[in-house]
Amino acid sequence: MKHKSFFWFVLPSALAMLLFIFFPIISVIVQSFHVDHEQVIQTVETCDLFGCKESTTIDQEATAALREAKPLGQFAGFATYLDRNHLAVDEVKSTWGSSNGWREFGSQMLNLPFYKAIGFTLTFTFIVTPLVIILGFVIAIAVNSATKALRGPLIFFSLLPMMITPLVGALILFWMVDARGIIGTTLQYLAGDPDLSVKASTPLMWIMLMVYGVWHAAPFAFIVYYAGLQTVSQDTLEAARVDGANRWLQIRHVVIPHLLPLTTFIALMQLMDNFRVFEPIVSFAANAHATSLSWSIYNDLGGETRQLSSAAATSVLTIIGVAILLSPVLVRTWRDFDRK
Amino acid sequence: MFLKHAALASAMALMTGTALADCQISGNVSIVGNEFPAIHTVANGAAECTGGEVKSNLTADHQKINVAGMQGNPAEYSSAIIANSSVVALMNEDVIRSLDDLVAEYGQDIPKKQLITIGGKVMAVAFMANAQTLAYRKDVLEEIGVDVPKTYEEVLEAAEKIRAAGLSEYPVGGAYKAGWNLAEEFVNMYTGFGGEFFKAGSAEVAINNEQGVAALNMMKALTEYMNPDYLTHDSNATGAEMEAGNVMMMNMWGSRMGNLMDEEGAEEQVYSNITVGAPLTVGGGSIPASTLWWDGWTVAKNISDEDAAATFQAMAHGTSPAILNDETMSQAVWMIEGYTPAPVNDGVFAAISMGTKSYPMLPYQGLLHTALGDNLADFLLGKESAEQALADAEAAYTAAAKEKGFLK
Repeated sequence: MKHKSFFWFVLPSALAMLLFIFFPIISVIVQSFHVDHEQVIQTVETCDLFGCKESTTIDQEATAALREAKPLGQFAGFATYLDRNHLAVDEVKSTWGSSNGWREFGSQMLNLPFYKAIGFTLTFTFIVTPLVIILGFVIAIAVNSATKALRGPLIFFSLLPMMITPLVGALILFWMVDARGIIGTTLQYLAGDPDLSVKASTPLMWIMLMVYGVWHAAPFAFIVYYAGLQTVSQDTLEAARVDGANRWLQIRHVVIPHLLPLTTFIALMQLMDNFRVFEPIVSFAANAHATSLSWSIYNDLGGETRQLSSAAATSVLTIIGVAILLSPVLVRTWRDFDRK
Repeated sequence: MFLKHAALASAMALMTGTALADCQISGNVSIVGNEFPAIHTVANGAAECTGGEVKSNLTADHQKINVAGMQGNPAEYSSAIIANSSVVALMNEDVIRSLDDLVAEYGQDIPKKQLITIGGKVMAVAFMANAQTLAYRKDVLEEIGVDVPKTYEEVLEAAEKIRAAGLSEYPVGGAYKAGWNLAEEFVNMYTGFGGEFFKAGSAEVAINNEQGVAALNMMKALTEYMNPDYLTHDSNATGAEMEAGNVMMMNMWGSRMGNLMDEEGAEEQVYSNITVGAPLTVGGGSIPASTLWWDGWTVAKNISDEDAAATFQAMAHGTSPAILNDETMSQAVWMIEGYTPAPVNDGVFAAISMGTKSYPMLPYQGLLHTALGDNLADFLLGKESAEQALADAEAAYTAAAKEKGFLK
């Protein structure tokens, strides 16, 4: 394509990206380097339905001038990034100095909100992503080998988990694993423990969140692989059969290499999606057991006092995390491109 | 005879018609607020005003949108319906106006006690009260032969007897969902033990003390008698547990008692025996382990004086005695003249007469509430000590308070 026509082709989407992705990110970064003005607190008498008492409030007149002069708040540099609710540099240092052995260090790190969140986020990402790829591939192979008449309905049912709104899908599973739900009761029966409750146990809650993650995302991998399977060269497959390759060998040496670029694509998308895990934690009310970076942002913004700077700092850290996660795949893609 | 009735009916209609029409405004009103029946009644009452547009956006997510919706100039919302915890967020951002002038001009009929004053300025007008109190199963307590518990210690004893009698494995309920609910239960219990959240007059937190540990230990003792999923149960879920006949005693919001005692969602044996009691005390204290709440309305700062006057008049009308009728009477503990309490409201009145403290209206209380909600579950799960959980909550609060400029 000529450079000029390429330019006109991408201009609309480039503008949209600039407007809706680039500028908001800049604004978030700027926000994360600022904190609120020092609040001028005054003691006042507060009277409500139930009587009067001494209380404190913000002196708005005193703060108004400060706000007027610097609407963004005071510049704090990396202070928000380094405080206890984020990278917790001081706490990590003192833990490093005082703890005996890795085990104790690890458990004390997981007591810090950022590391607790990233611990679950990374575990979720690295367990769910491969499982989604494997399960999606298996479903695609199975559906592809079904008779033509069955394929339509099979595809429809396989895609259902992806069509259901994540929050709703997670709620359905949440009720099913309740101690009185169908899965919960079955688990109690299988384990022989009438008090077993998935929602009360941290390991089981983690497993349930990951099961949900795989359930929800497998259809995506399936549909991509299924499309890819339609392009496998029948000649190559037939040649393999003539050479005496059984079904497994055909998949191993013909289908999988053919689908490898798709796997890169799915891995990229899934790494990004899973790193942002959020909905199931809300639906499962799992925040006592598992938190993620996205959940921390939501929690900062959802309280009665909004913590914008804190949420902004966590957002920037999430973006950095995604960039680090994707870098091996991106580097590989770049090399492939360069070779051509 | 028929004609007489018809004439009477139309006369009545005319009368109510004139009663409603006496709210004349000249400006536009836009209300944002929480979504439950009492708030709908208020919004509908305000919408009866004529002369300007009155619209409302009632949603459970109102706290996520009201500040942003009032920061613009002109503000999207001319009035936010809030509670004593959330009025602080609006005052912190300086988005609501003092109502002194408007009260003088249009609010002569509003009883003084409904006016919420902060530093001598009227900032909100309250219209209903709320508190968490005991809800219990009369029949079950009779069966095991104990009196209605007055303290949390008695709740534990009764719970043990109910369990021993095989009536229910998990007889105690509570909104212990990690997050806001769990923090609220701690605030109740800590208040009951006589704890103070901050060093007097400052934003420095002080909860890692004897009372804090005692409050957590009592909460943990109660959870031994709760459904193991308690960290996922909000007030809806634990209410459902009571309606299902599993929970026999719990601390519950006055505004939700009506749902428990009506015929929907439970068998007769259950709903006819659910009774509202006074709030519980703990640790030998006399102040209940509960907090008093009010709901009220505010007027936005960034709107024209015309719209502000219209909003004030419409909201005053929406919370005037005119809104009370057979249907709306039982929706809340109205702080409106002409309100006659029903048995379902006994708990809230008991809470007021027992001197329950109101939820603190401090600029930084919301940050502490969030920090508590995030950090106390680790203790209840047995992952760390009470002192460690409280220290974590304090540290999380301190970091957040620095970001918000409350601490250096």
